[in-house]
Amino acid sequence: MTLLQTQPRSTLDARPEHSADNPLSVHAMTVAYHRKPVLWDVDYDAPPGSLVAIVGPNGAGKSTFIKACLGLIPAAAGTVEFWGKPYKHARADIGYVPQRESVDWDFPVSALDVVCMGLYRKIGWFKPIRKAHKAAAMESLDRMGLADYAHRQIAQLSGGQQQRVFLARALVQNAELYFMDEPFAGVDAATEAAIIEVLRELRSQGKTVIVVHHDLQTVPTYFDHAMLLNMRIVAAGPVSEIFTDENLNKTYGGRLTLLAEASEAVARAQQGQSTK
Amino acid sequence: MNLTLAQSLTQTHDEMPSLREVFDTITLQSGFNTNAVIVAASLLGIAGGIIGAFALLRKRSLTADALSHATLPGITSAFLIASAMGLNARSLPILLLGATISGILGVLCIHLILTYTRLREDAAIGIVLSVFFGIGVVLLSVIQSTATSSAAGLNHFIYGQTAAMLTADAILMGTIVLIAIAIAILAMKEITIVCFNESFARVTGIPAGLIDGLILALIVLVTVSGLQAVGLILIVAMLIIPPAAARFWTDRVRLLIILSALIGALSGFIGASVSALLPRKPAGAVIVLCAGSIFIISMLAAPTRGVIAQLIRHAKLKLQIAIDHTLESKYQYPEHHPRTTFSLRVLLRLKGFTQSLSPSSALSQSGIKRGRRVRRNHMLWEQYLISCADIAPSHVDWSVDQVEHILDDDLITRLENEIRASGLEVQEIQP
Repeated sequence: MTLLQTQPRSTLDARPEHSADNPLSVHAMTVAYHRKPVLWDVDYDAPPGSLVAIVGPNGAGKSTFIKACLGLIPAAAGTVEFWGKPYKHARADIGYVPQRESVDWDFPVSALDVVCMGLYRKIGWFKPIRKAHKAAAMESLDRMGLADYAHRQIAQLSGGQQQRVFLARALVQNAELYFMDEPFAGVDAATEAAIIEVLRELRSQGKTVIVVHHDLQTVPTYFDHAMLLNMRIVAAGPVSEIFTDENLNKTYGGRLTLLAEASEAVARAQQGQSTK
Repeated sequence: MNLTLAQSLTQTHDEMPSLREVFDTITLQSGFNTNAVIVAASLLGIAGGIIGAFALLRKRSLTADALSHATLPGITSAFLIASAMGLNARSLPILLLGATISGILGVLCIHLILTYTRLREDAAIGIVLSVFFGIGVVLLSVIQSTATSSAAGLNHFIYGQTAAMLTADAILMGTIVLIAIAIAILAMKEITIVCFNESFARVTGIPAGLIDGLILALIVLVTVSGLQAVGLILIVAMLIIPPAAARFWTDRVRLLIILSALIGALSGFIGASVSALLPRKPAGAVIVLCAGSIFIISMLAAPTRGVIAQLIRHAKLKLQIAIDHTLESKYQYPEHHPRTTFSLRVLLRLKGFTQSLSPSSALSQSGIKRGRRVRRNHMLWEQYLISCADIAPSHVDWSVDQVEHILDDDLITRLENEIRASGLEVQEIQP
């Protein structure tokens, strides 16, 4: 019994970059669907108080990585710890924004109902949703600029508004670590601006946000850390260090057309930092 | 108790019942046995409506169909085993126990197929449903060829025999209704979140497996207890049709469940009453047809979600687009006259956009204003699609009038500059 408990700890502790302060520590994670590996031997430590982008081509295992961390998909091997604790004991401090396409938006609930779902765990089994809970949910909707849409059925919202409802639901969870699966996918400019503002606010409160991101050009401006993923980790660390031509080439192989533009964007960001 | 009426119910006649009979039946004054049937059928409708709403929200309605068909081998096996053991093979609890076991076995088989193969759910359900039902039919023929006439009653499980329901059935249905209501009140939050977004529910620590098990247990409960009344082929209708009909009328989970229960109750009530008045009509089918009628009315007539309302909205939109395009074209090229139908010209005149009914009529003051606005919005929209569509594919189909609402002032100014830069003219709107 004690052996079982100490063994994964020791493998994690063997890594120099590992620290129990880190909101997320992943060691040797391997995930496979129908014998085809999707993630292979992934080691990753997320630093506290940072915005982390998970970047990689389609099918690289970005969503799978998030889902495996959260225990939604069984990992074939590996350890996942949050602040040195297993998921079960850290759950209250972890927020989640699933992919927008993963739910049926014709479901008969209002925007406010969806945001309240972020509080269900706090409210507890068999207990009704009280006024205080609804007020908290309203405040969160207001923060995403959706106060006027609270009582709309969710099908009547635009894609960007639906995404903001999901963000509001995550905010009301009041977590310390957030996982967001493609929050910028298919949203309008106003929503993109609103989301990035919230991400920065969360960072300023010392929280960590791990975001699956598909737009290479905005990585240097939006995020401080990045994880380049293509079944295995190609590079992970501060954007200014690892977001290089060579690493992106390795991640995307020959498939990258935006490469030139992205490296230009990095160069600009780095220039901006060095002149400061 | 009215003796003559009670007798008339046992007779097989196909004449139209008198108004008095109809009145007595629907006001529950036509004898104890008839009342028990009507009350039990209504309660079954309520239970099916509530539990069916959960199944619909969880997108598990077809699983209920597989489950009900999978009960047949259980019923026939239970009959064979009970007679081999010398027990009363027609004892209802034994038969229903068999039905429950093989029904759950069927759902487990679907689950196994989904977990260990790459087949989709529809295929898995189809396979389990037909194979289990096939086994049941074979066993049934074995029973009928070997056993005595005591096997005849088993046929009723396939098509149902509502008139055979007793007070005990009404009490059983009432208990199930109470359980369903209690669960709907207590675990509404948990059921809703698992149905809407299972992954989020699991991340926040709500045991989705447990909730799914609860929903499945309720489906089993209502299916097995309704088998005798409606039959295993049609029982699934009591679970699917009421919530599907209710969905047309509301956008709220709570109201959906209440309406679904009411529609189920009404169907059970009318169906059982009709069958009491016309004893040769199979009550299970009549109950389902009542529910079906309510569904069709809901589908056609419901406001906003109904088919008629949608057709009207679509026609209005088409008309609005035709008006806008005509005004835009007349505004842009005053000497050119776009092809218009007479009715469109009447409409334009009635709205005060044109000066006369002739195809070459000039625009009125308000027609010019509207035409200019449409032209400007179209240009902005085109520019928006050219420069920003890749980040907002969900907005591409929005109507012209919404452009100003979607785009903020800053973006509009930028779009206007881009249009001017490309050498085109931007229409200004006068305040």
